[in-house]
Amino acid sequence: MSKPHYTIAVSGLNNIDSPGPGMPVIRALKEAESFTTRIIGLSYDSFEPGLYMNEWVDYTYQLPFPSAGQEILMNRLRQIQNIEKIDVLIPNFDAELFSFIRLSNRLDKELGIKTILPEEQAFEERHKANLSAWGQKHNIQVPPGTMIHSIYEIPAVAAQYGYPLVIKGKYYEAGIAYSYDQAVNWFHKISAKWGLPIILQKFVTGTEVNITALGDGNGQMIGAVPMRKQVITDKGKAWAGVTLEDEKMMDFARHLFKETRWKGPCELEMIRTKEGALYLIELNPRFPAWVYLAVGSGQNHPEALVNMAMGNTVKPMDTYDIGKMFIRYSWDMIVNMKDFEQISVHGEAGKNKKEN
Amino acid sequence: MKIRNNIALSDSGFIFDPSTGDSFSLNPIGLEILRMLKSGKDKSFILTYMVDTYQTDMETAEKDYDDFMGMLTQFHLLQEK
Repeated sequence: MSKPHYTIAVSGLNNIDSPGPGMPVIRALKEAESFTTRIIGLSYDSFEPGLYMNEWVDYTYQLPFPSAGQEILMNRLRQIQNIEKIDVLIPNFDAELFSFIRLSNRLDKELGIKTILPEEQAFEERHKANLSAWGQKHNIQVPPGTMIHSIYEIPAVAAQYGYPLVIKGKYYEAGIAYSYDQAVNWFHKISAKWGLPIILQKFVTGTEVNITALGDGNGQMIGAVPMRKQVITDKGKAWAGVTLEDEKMMDFARHLFKETRWKGPCELEMIRTKEGALYLIELNPRFPAWVYLAVGSGQNHPEALVNMAMGNTVKPMDTYDIGKMFIRYSWDMIVNMKDFEQISVHGEAGKNKKEN
Repeated sequence: MKIRNNIALSDSGFIFDPSTGDSFSLNPIGLEILRMLKSGKDKSFILTYMVDTYQTDMETAEKDYDDFMGMLTQFHLLQEK
């Protein structure tokens, strides 16, 4: 029996030093055993490397920035859909997720594009700013945190949590402050880049461990692979990592999916203390950039997501290879000015344009 | 004390701890000791073996053994029997 062929749109093609998950997701989709694909890249910037990786991305279209509004995004997707007939769309940028969650019903009904995304309420509740309350609600251990809008709020929070304090941006970036002065510096540095609020979180000492996982929205964990970062860049991103054997982490993840009924992909960032206690420090509502490690160790989460979106039966994945490592590398592509011009001027590019 | 059951130990003396992702390299004597620990040998057996096999006295062997066990404990590679 021949495999179905799906057109899948993927964003997050910024395979840079703080990489988006797009390229690893595409790699996973290209290796899917249950279907074949045409990959449509969705980009925001002409310098996203994935735009020029024609062996992985068939054709790319530029999208308006999320700040342009949902209607403009919808119109752009309508234009693209008139050409491409996209079956499934996998957004991979934190900043765009809200728009896609809001539009997911319309994308399906008006354009026939399927998505697998968390519910808006779940997405909002697990925000860094709300994570502490969310943890309490679902009986998930989270370090206490407080949202602030001004440096004048720091002393009161510091008196409560003590130093060091973790200072976090709304979407990205975090720093550890060992004094009030350092906390103020981090506040200004992060808020200048990502805006307010800033989140102050109690510092929990331990080892950072992570899980990439997929939930079906009904309390079932479709797959999960735990990993520890072995090499970390100055931006805190994993440059190498290894899969772990840790039933406690897996139980933590199972509980989270059962309790929250999380739908779609996510990355759980956790701290394991010396005593073995696990604290969730962040829930990223998308695949992580290291998701290909899950594929390499036996669980193809992006493939499972597409099958879920297409209404195919997806069996939960229980096993994976322990001690499987990934080591990231950088690679200089040579790009013709013509190709750069194509995406910059026309907002679309690629070697495999669809002819109507 | 014995080596945790899930610790992977290769013939080259490479140790992988799947719970933490940590890895370590042992020298040949460390590898011998770890294999003996893994097979359930106790301290007095291992010390006697070391004194019989290598040019060392019981006092030195015991000091080195205790240091080694201290290191294994520090890296959380041991568990209660």
